[in-house]
Amino acid sequence: MYHKEKSIQIKNSASALYNNLSVLRIAPRSLTYFTVVHANVVNMVSASWDGLNYSHRQLQSKEPNVATSTSLIMQAAWCVLPSRDLLVLTSQKGIQMYESDGSIMVYWHALDTPETPTAQAVFARGIAAVREKYICVGVSSGAMLVFDIPTKGSNITLAEVLEEHKESITDMASECSGSLECIADLVSADDAGNLCVWKSGEEFQLLNKIPGFDMCCSSVKLWKGTVVAGYGTGQIRLYEAVTGILHAEVSAHARWIYSLDIAPFSGLLLSAAEDSLVRVWHLTQTPETNSVEIAHMYNECVTDTQICGAKFCDGDGYAFAVTGYDLSEIIRYTQT
Amino acid sequence: MSSRTLPLLFINLGGEMLYILDQRLRAQNIPADKAKKADWIEADRRRVMNDIITTMFNKKFLEELFKPQELYSKKALRTVFDRLAHASIMRLNQASMDKLYDLMTMAFKYQVLLCPRPKDILLVSFNHMDAIKDFVKDTPSILSQVDETYRQLIEIYTPLSSGEFQLIRQTLLIFFQDMHIRVSIFLKDKVQNSNGRFVLPTSGPVPHGTQIPGLIRIFSCTGEEVSRLQFSNGGNYTSALREGSLEMFGDRVIKLGTNMYSVSRPVETHMSGTSKNSSQHTKVNTAPNPLAKEELNLLARLMGGLEVKKPGNTESGFRVNLFATDEEEEEALISRPDELSYGVINIQATKDQQANAELAKIMGEFTEAEDQSPHASSKGDDLLAMMDGL
Repeated sequence: MYHKEKSIQIKNSASALYNNLSVLRIAPRSLTYFTVVHANVVNMVSASWDGLNYSHRQLQSKEPNVATSTSLIMQAAWCVLPSRDLLVLTSQKGIQMYESDGSIMVYWHALDTPETPTAQAVFARGIAAVREKYICVGVSSGAMLVFDIPTKGSNITLAEVLEEHKESITDMASECSGSLECIADLVSADDAGNLCVWKSGEEFQLLNKIPGFDMCCSSVKLWKGTVVAGYGTGQIRLYEAVTGILHAEVSAHARWIYSLDIAPFSGLLLSAAEDSLVRVWHLTQTPETNSVEIAHMYNECVTDTQICGAKFCDGDGYAFAVTGYDLSEIIRYTQT
Repeated sequence: MSSRTLPLLFINLGGEMLYILDQRLRAQNIPADKAKKADWIEADRRRVMNDIITTMFNKKFLEELFKPQELYSKKALRTVFDRLAHASIMRLNQASMDKLYDLMTMAFKYQVLLCPRPKDILLVSFNHMDAIKDFVKDTPSILSQVDETYRQLIEIYTPLSSGEFQLIRQTLLIFFQDMHIRVSIFLKDKVQNSNGRFVLPTSGPVPHGTQIPGLIRIFSCTGEEVSRLQFSNGGNYTSALREGSLEMFGDRVIKLGTNMYSVSRPVETHMSGTSKNSSQHTKVNTAPNPLAKEELNLLARLMGGLEVKKPGNTESGFRVNLFATDEEEEEALISRPDELSYGVINIQATKDQQANAELAKIMGEFTEAEDQSPHASSKGDDLLAMMDGL
């Protein structure tokens, strides 16, 4: 179904972090941007679609006013809003937002870090752009920060702090189908596998809480009102977001799942894990019975690689990209 | 990232160090140079092991170690282990210490990477702790020190969630990132590839709590299972083994972290990996250190608890060589037959009665010179100087 394309070399290898690959398509310029986190550096590559031009940029997790030390980065992700695209970095010290090409840092939010380290680690992780103007970021305390993003400029404000999770946030995702009929806008996941389903607005509204089973949910997606969650046990679960009804449970991987992605137009689902396997699934909704089904489509083994990032490169799932721990390349696959 | 990582890193690396030293100290019958037949006395081996373990589990040292903190840089941690390796009458030169440290770190990297669940890092640690207890089983005072640490490990780590263990594992993997030193025991066992990457099996038992991939279950709105679909998982997995014991005693089930060396499986490094190693190390060391500033103080505090014995004139200090010099290593590569070409680590433990006094003196000088090796530049040196002043 897919075949391997030429890999993209990156300057530093990928760290073992959840969802450690972000992809942004810049259609007007026939470019695709990729980011991969390496310890305290973000590797950014812009690749032309003809495969002839690659340009690299590295971003450090430096706080603007402190010259002493840098901190480890937990995640880097592009946030696509109707008015603008931003690149968001989360680290042990705080949250950085850049223009999408990584050129200018437009916002810095410092986390409350104690003088001496505490048993509870401090970091931000989990990034999602929601509807017209919000970017949500998770924190290790379980809090979720909602930032209000102006259509241009750097006047970004912290609009709200949502405190429903008791465990560290692992990932969050907004409705990716673009459908305005879906009530739920955002789903957030934590270290204990608890899921919270939200409706965005001037005040975010908690629609539903889906209890976990003490197993970390490392990656989560929201597609046409269905929550797709990947767990440390290698399971994938499909829930109806607003009711929490379990539609499907898949024994998908032999080890910890690190990344899920959905191609919203085709309903293809990508899952990747420490077991070195990437699998492609197909989701179908049956509106009459109000149910969702999942079918297995394809396996790809990236030999001897604990995969930490996997993303579709387009909305149809025609191509996907993968990266793994200690790997200094982004491997791409396209449909045959 | 996780502020609970350092104790596990230290204990597991320390455990690997003890395995290697123990095996080399026992291997009396394989001197490289027949003229210098090693004359090792069992009592000395025990003394070295006991001294190092006593230092490792020093109360004050462990108090500092168990405080929540970020990981040190590679260089700083290496300094700690330099000190620890020299906690007894045994001496290692720079090259041997490099080799020892390479072997320790690659072994633990392998264990962290391969442990089935993140929580199994604790079982790996317990395998090391069990072996350490066995090393000192005849010395009750040291044994009680080790047991105390055991209790602390259980108290701190067993309540942690799966997500917190994954964070610890991810922190360790960042520490070991880009280290691809080839280790012959791994290459022989076909668990490491010639490019230094470890082999990840797509067969064998799945982790405890995980189902064999291959089943899709679809449910109705009322929660009834309406269909079951199978898919090909692309591997050859078997059911999970039972969970290893997280108590002070018991079967850990997993083998990672147990002693992989024996007389028939000696400690060796792969020859051709060496030149690569050094460049790899340089690359790693030039990476910006996120903790440069605070680290110095933390390390000084930590190492305040580490006592280092220097062999005096009356003591029979001796050197353990894993590699003497680059020249020697090159020579060995050329002159040795193929089957021995991996056996580059040789112990030349010399404890000749007659030469004793003079040797001890020379070795004393060697140690001094090594401590101020030109390679261990900047912070490492300052720290060592600082420690000497303590």
